[in-house]
Amino acid sequence: MTALVDPGSITVPDLGPLSRRNYLNAGYSVRSWLLTTDHKRIALLYLMSITFFFMLGGAAATLLRLDLMTPQADLVQTETFNKLFTAHGVIMVFFFLIPSIPAVLGNFLVPLMVGARDLAFPRLNLLSWYVYMIGGLFTLYALLAGGVDTGWTFYAPYSSTYSNTYVMATAVGIFITGFSSILTGLNFIVTIHKMRAPGLTWFRLPLFIWSIYATSIIMVLGTPVLAITLLLVGLERMLGIGIFDPRLGGDPILFQHLFWFYSHPAVYIMILPSMGVVSEIIPCYCRKRPFGYAFIGFSSFAIAVFSFLVWGHHLFVSGQSIYAGMVFSMLSYMVAIPSAVKVFNWTASLHKGSISFDTPMLYALGFVGLFTMGGLTGLFVAALAVDVHVHDTYFIVSHFHYIMVGGAVMGYLGGIHFWWPKMTGRLYPEGWARLSAILIFVGFNLTFFPQYILGYLGMPRRYHVYPPEFQVLNVMSSAGASILGLGYFFPLTYLIWSLYYGKRASSNPWRATGLEWQTPSPPPTENFVQTPVVLDEAYDYKRMDGQLAEGGAA
Amino acid sequence: MIDDGFRLLPEQASTHAPHVDLLYFCLIGLSVFFTALISALILYFSIKYRRGNTKVDRTPGSGHSLSLEIIWMVIPFVLSMGIFAWGASLYFSGYRPPAGSMEIRVVAKQWMWKFQHPNGRREINTLHVPVGQPVKVTMISEDVIHSFYVPAFRVKRDVLPGSYASCWFEATRTGEFHLFCAEYCGTNHSRMIGRVIVMEPAEYEDWLGGGSSKEPPAVAGERLFEELRCVTCHRPGGATGRCPPMAGLFGREVKLTGGNTVIADENYLRESILRPGAKVVAGFQPLMPGYDGQVDEEQLIQLITYIKSLAKP
Repeated sequence: MTALVDPGSITVPDLGPLSRRNYLNAGYSVRSWLLTTDHKRIALLYLMSITFFFMLGGAAATLLRLDLMTPQADLVQTETFNKLFTAHGVIMVFFFLIPSIPAVLGNFLVPLMVGARDLAFPRLNLLSWYVYMIGGLFTLYALLAGGVDTGWTFYAPYSSTYSNTYVMATAVGIFITGFSSILTGLNFIVTIHKMRAPGLTWFRLPLFIWSIYATSIIMVLGTPVLAITLLLVGLERMLGIGIFDPRLGGDPILFQHLFWFYSHPAVYIMILPSMGVVSEIIPCYCRKRPFGYAFIGFSSFAIAVFSFLVWGHHLFVSGQSIYAGMVFSMLSYMVAIPSAVKVFNWTASLHKGSISFDTPMLYALGFVGLFTMGGLTGLFVAALAVDVHVHDTYFIVSHFHYIMVGGAVMGYLGGIHFWWPKMTGRLYPEGWARLSAILIFVGFNLTFFPQYILGYLGMPRRYHVYPPEFQVLNVMSSAGASILGLGYFFPLTYLIWSLYYGKRASSNPWRATGLEWQTPSPPPTENFVQTPVVLDEAYDYKRMDGQLAEGGAA
Repeated sequence: MIDDGFRLLPEQASTHAPHVDLLYFCLIGLSVFFTALISALILYFSIKYRRGNTKVDRTPGSGHSLSLEIIWMVIPFVLSMGIFAWGASLYFSGYRPPAGSMEIRVVAKQWMWKFQHPNGRREINTLHVPVGQPVKVTMISEDVIHSFYVPAFRVKRDVLPGSYASCWFEATRTGEFHLFCAEYCGTNHSRMIGRVIVMEPAEYEDWLGGGSSKEPPAVAGERLFEELRCVTCHRPGGATGRCPPMAGLFGREVKLTGGNTVIADENYLRESILRPGAKVVAGFQPLMPGYDGQVDEEQLIQLITYIKSLAKP
């Protein structure tokens, strides 16, 4: 973006990170972190918290995959197994994936990208982190006190009447954390509407902002429905008011409608921000504008809108009317169109680029591939008769991991690497980073591809013991998971290492456009010394490279 | 014995299975095509436009192309609507049992499957069916949601508490096949499994004749009808004036007080036995006491089967 304080110079004079006051060295006390209203510090608080939850969820997955290497129940007891897959789902969905990109990268980047000093409501932003942590601790308590065995979907009447585990504590945790998501979404919407720098019109915004905006709309509109649903489960469980259990006069299908009304759009809360990250990375490492800017941008909105109209595709075998199933199937195919539009546009963006394969780009290209595979298997599960067969099998497990891990996590890691120098002022070791990007891509496919086959063969999900003929594919999957685990372990290590020993980053190490690169790394607390003025469209890499060449010649 | 060799595709053992597989193969073809297309393009561009290659034309184009955007919206749209229609028509036939299907009653509970055949023979976790005969399973759960899943038949249906759900299949070859509970239902969910044993019709008849204490559900229902004193008002011979006639009731449209109508299906009969006040037939008083808690799921099935068996007067 040619957004300049002084249009004559693109590189900001860098005074050296140590000699300069920035948001990291602005204060070292615990108080200066826990009571900060600086969006960048709050982003780091989120980064540490979600990393903690990611490791917890990952540990649960490790035990599950270890146990599933044999058809019998040998490593853990079945009660424990059921609690482990519930813990894995609850933690990864509600405490890692949903806050991941919005709360870490979104918090850090939205004000920087729109040229603002902070988010619209800085104190609300801090509150949202506390709300998230309180919810997280409630859930952690439920896990340590004895666990929950309902699955992350909490299907009634099992969750509302039959389960003897810590359902309520977990539900309260998720209920509370939902408000953090609503507050964050609200903050982003207001910031993007009201705090854009002079000249930064909607069509000059980076695509990351478009996707975060679409995500925020889903957060604000969808999350309350989840809160209501969990409240109703609580009412039935504690007061015996019949809402979902037919014995009390309730309807179990009602739960599924309410739950998926939030939880399907929630999938797009996870994937849309990743799409935004990829839309930033690809132009930078191709040195050109993304192909079809407006189509990539508007497809985010199309996805957000359609996401609210497809929840019934989770109910094809559960007893909703056959005709309702047909309507939801057709609407589900509508989501495929904007998703396909994005993939084609990203691919076309490579055309005539000047492509380099640095770590963020490897993640971005990996994202495109894995998201394509996850999206295409979405066509399978939206096809009614095929879904009847694969519903609640490992096919579904694999499909949503391709979207949520292959898609969302690849995008998240790509973004973390891309903006790491901006966030910390340090460069990560490129060789290790590329190696782990490749390990993650390979390990991911080895883990989840066999699960497609397992699912079509008929292995149901959430099975602790299984018929022996499924063992070979399960062992393959577990072997892949160990590579994937190794792949995740590396970034955790070298990113922390880089904080101390990494090379110091200049303000714009990737020569990227975008306002966040026009301020030093790490940025000062107030983000910009002067309010930037934006004069042109986003992603003007041609001009950026031209000016750099001139600068170099001179 | 269930075939437990390693395989990449499940066995096909129902009339429905080859149709589902054909759609599945087409989807695989489509996915392979698009994955290959995207990967090939990424690979081709990555090599051709790699930064080190200075001998390539990089004159920028316009950066957008309306015709390209339309092409890659319209093609996926048309393809996906085709898949939608195909999947929907199979779904429709997959859940609509043909007339003359043999009916098997299923009661699911944590963590077992109970089956009852038309002549009254019962079995647990094993289901014997004849080959070449459409079989409709009508299912209900005593507790949480379960799901009846036979991969070799490509058929699955959630078993709900409180209302009947059904699906059907026609086995095409004899043998033993997995029956799984596909909806998570608590601790021993993965042990709520069984076998479907498909037999030659003659063998099945022999098998049906074996076993002890058989009483066809309709007969048991008639006995219950007496025992529960239903006959006092609902006299099979004719109406008493206090209640609507029951002969020929099943499957008919019934007018309710308040002007609505309802089809007298199994779920309606079930509700009317348990909570008669919920849907009162037009022109009658809500006099009947509810039987909620007094009859279990299996007795309800017997009563309904008896009511179904009452022909028009």
